[in-house]
This record gives sequence, C-alpha cells and structure tokens, in this order.
Amino acid sequence: MKPAAVKYARAGDVQEAVALLSEHGTDAKVLAGGQSLVPLMNFRLASPSILIDINRVNELAYVREDNGSLLIGAMTRQRDVETSPVVAAAVPLLPQALHHVGHVTNRNRGTVGGSVAHADPASELPALVTGLAGELTVEGPKGQRTIAAEDFFVGTFTTAMEYDEVLTAVRLPRLPAGTGVAVEELARRHGDFAIVAVMAAVHLAPDGSVDLVRLAASGVDSVPLRLHSAEAVLAGAQPTADAIAAAAATVAASVNPTGDVHAPASYRRDMAQLLVKRAVGAAIERIGVSA
Amino acid sequence: MEMTFTVNGTQAKVEIDPAETLLGVLRERLRLTGTKEGCNEGECGACTVLVDGLPVDSCIYSAAATGGRRVETVEGLTLDELGRDLQAAFVAAGGVQCGFCTPGFIATLVSVLRENEAPSEDDLRTALAGNICRCTGYSQILDAVAATVSRRNGR
Ligand SMILES: Cc1cc2nc3c(=O)[nH]c(=O)nc-3n(C[C@H](O)[C@H](O)[C@H](O)COP(=O)(O)OP(=O)(O)OC[C@H]3O[C@@H](n4cnc5c(N)ncnc54)[C@H](O)[C@@H]3O)c2cc1C
Repeated sequence: MKPAAVKYARAGDVQEAVALLSEHGTDAKVLAGGQSLVPLMNFRLASPSILIDINRVNELAYVREDNGSLLIGAMTRQRDVETSPVVAAAVPLLPQALHHVGHVTNRNRGTVGGSVAHADPASELPALVTGLAGELTVEGPKGQRTIAAEDFFVGTFTTAMEYDEVLTAVRLPRLPAGTGVAVEELARRHGDFAIVAVMAAVHLAPDGSVDLVRLAASGVDSVPLRLHSAEAVLAGAQPTADAIAAAAATVAASVNPTGDVHAPASYRRDMAQLLVKRAVGAAIERIGVSA
Repeated sequence: MEMTFTVNGTQAKVEIDPAETLLGVLRERLRLTGTKEGCNEGECGACTVLVDGLPVDSCIYSAAATGGRRVETVEGLTLDELGRDLQAAFVAAGGVQCGFCTPGFIATLVSVLRENEAPSEDDLRTALAGNICRCTGYSQILDAVAATVSRRNGR
C-alpha cells in the first residue's frame, strides 16, 4: 500500500508553523520525526491533507537547565536527549526511559515533542512527563500557554492542544541529587511498545525515610497515569518491603486497563502492581549509585 | 515537488511526491535497490540507511524532509574500506543467507564502527536491536563484526 496524496510545506519557525496550521485547518498535520506519523500514512491509517514540516525549526532543538528544571525543546531528537549529560544529571529517569523507546534508528529521528504530542497511552515519555509533574508549553495564534501534564493528556492519542497549536517545550522538575530511578517494563521484546511500564523516582532523607517519590505507569488506562495513591503510602515512610507492598496494593484501584490481543485487563492490572514493587525496589537499590 | 539531496556523495535532484518516503525515492526514482523494503513501519531495519551519518529507517523517513541532507546507502557504504571489510567478513562468517536484511545491517554497523573502533557486545546488541534477521540467528553476524574489528585493529 502507498500513502494517499498529501501536500507539503516547510515551516522556518514556530510562528510560520502556527500560521500554516490555522490556514489549513484540522486536516493538516505537523511532521516532526515522522516515526509515528509516516507509518500511519504508509498504511493509510492517517491521510492528512498537508504535512507541515517542522524539522528545520532549529529554535525547538535544545536541552537546557532553567530555574531548577530541565527544559527540552519539542524538536530535540530522542537520541540526543538519551545521551545528554545535562539530562542525565538533572532527570536520570529520562535516559533510562528513552532506552526502551523503539530502536536507536527510531530515536535518531523521533523527537521528544512528537512522542508527547502523539499521546500514545503505551508510550514511555507521556508517562514520565505525567509522573514527574512536568509541564508542556504550546504556541498557537493567541500566543503561548503552559499545560500541566495531567491536564494535557485527555485520551488515547488525544491531548488538550488545539488543532492550530504547536508543542514547543517540555519542562521537567530537576530530581534532587542522589535520587534513585528505575524503569520496569513488560514487553515481548526490547524496543517493542511495553504492554505495561512503570517508572519510579525515589529519594531518601538522612533518616532513611522517603522524602520524594514519583510513580508513573503506561499501558494501564487511556492516558498515562501518575500513581498518586501509591506515592502517598510511601511518602514519609521507611521503605520497608511491607511499605512497598502496601503501596503496590493501591495500584489495582488506580488503573483502568482495557484488554487487547496482547494481554487481558486483569493481567495488566496485576502486572502494574508487580512492576511498581519492582521499580520502587530497584530505584531504592540504585540510590547514590548513579549519582 | 523538486527535492535536492546528496546520495553516496553525489548531488541528486529528483521530482518527488510529498507522500513518498526516502525508501521509495531511493528504490523507485534513483534505482538504488540495495536498500530493501520490509515491514514499512520501522520495525525490521531492512531499509536502514545513514542520513547525515546516523542510521534511520528510510521506510518511515519523509522524502520531502530529506531535502539538503546527506544520505548513504549500501551501494555507497561498500565503496570504502570499512564497508568492504564488513562485506567480506559477512561472507566469510556466514552472516548472509537470503541477504534481504544485509544492506540494513551493513548500514547500521558502518555507523557503529565509524564511531567506535572496538564496540562492546552490549553496544552492538543495542545498535542492532532494530535490524531483524530471520536466517542467521545473529551469531554469525556478530562473528563477522568481531572479525572486522580484529582485522582493522591489526592493520
Ligand atoms: C519501530 C518503532 C518502535 C517504537 N517503539 C516505541 C516505544 O517502545 N515507546 C514509545 O514511546 N514510542 C515508540 N515508538 C514511537 C516513537 O517514539 C515516535 O518517535 C514518537 O511517538 C513520535 O515522535 P516523532 O517526532 O517521530 O513524531 P511524528 O511521527 O512526526 O508525529 C507524531 C504526531 O504528533 C504530532 N506532532 C509532532 N510534533 C508536534 C509538535 N511539536 N506540535 C504539535 N504536534 C506535533 C504530529 O502531527 C503527529 O500527529 C516507536 C516507533 C517505531 C517506528
């Protein structure tokens, strides 16, 4: 099968992309790395009328520290983020999560913004941004606005962005030095979309109690989830096996999986609980090791 | 629309349809048929080429977005010594059976070995995770890389 006919326009900057989107309406699609969009077009699962190519919008390709947070331009390639020392120091969970996103070839081309805008509930980056309480900056004809991750993802492949808005940046709070991080996935093969993925970041106070914990899951709802109830059990507690098990036990009520050809809903729910246990355990084991 | 890019060191100016992929342009317009079409969704790596030195899946790379970029395919990659060494090692080690995946493996491996003369097994497995081979079981391919590395480092 060949993709359906499409027009093409190259945007030189964000304003131009926004203007093109406003002009062409809801059938226009932004082309970032194309790692989701082009396969969809190849199989005619998407047939946009025009592609608005933002690959030359160089102002959107950067990684920098900004006021206690990490700021990543939407067009930064996933592989550049994965290998960036700035990212590894500020949010060590991010390179670990990216290691699970497709293959090196996909990450050489795929962008951070593309993965977030695509809003696949099985994807790692949307879950990470949600779990770490990140913020998304978008720009449209009326200017810029910033949306909290939990408000940004509204359904499967659906975000709070308007058709004429471009995602410009992802902001993640810096994790304190000495935070342990872990990504635990159930996937058929490395690089496949995970059936369920859980990400954990844990920091301990000098007395050994948990003073920061962030937990995220993908593949267990139509949107990525931050596991608030499980976090609440661990926050302030000594991270004993019992406490971790009690936190994991809350997960069944937080998730809302649907069954498909890969796994029934009940299995996803059980796996989410197990992966939370593993991810928290692994994060604590690694505290200080990678710092 | 017209698109100009560099293929294997030569400037090419081609008339393309914006719906096309880089793979389609290489195979159907430029008749560079060494690069293969497998899954058409970036899963199998048969279509791997280098764009600005980095391995990508040409089947999901927008042709229109290739304008101004530098593309290397198996036809060009096996003109220099590294590519030729790899090719010979694949043959000697039995890393080629049906051959369909080989151009993609060569593209990925040239990029790895350009960057690192002695990649670890872990580096290789990460880099090759996107290249599927259904004949060899991979170990002959890793043997071919090992032979290439020792040959080049002994030279
Ligand atoms: C073989 C393979 C395996 C993969 N495995 C995984 C995996 O395990 N985990 C995972 O998370 N992902 C995986 N992916 C998806 C990959 O991460 C994509 O790169 C990513 O989902 C999309 O990023 P992109 O830059 O390629 O965006 P594109 O494909 O160009 O765009 C995706 C969508 O987002 C929109 N868009 C892109 N950028 C913007 C922007 N700045 N503003 C507004 N809208 C925008 C586009 O219009 C389009 O609708 C895989 C992909 C492949 C091909």
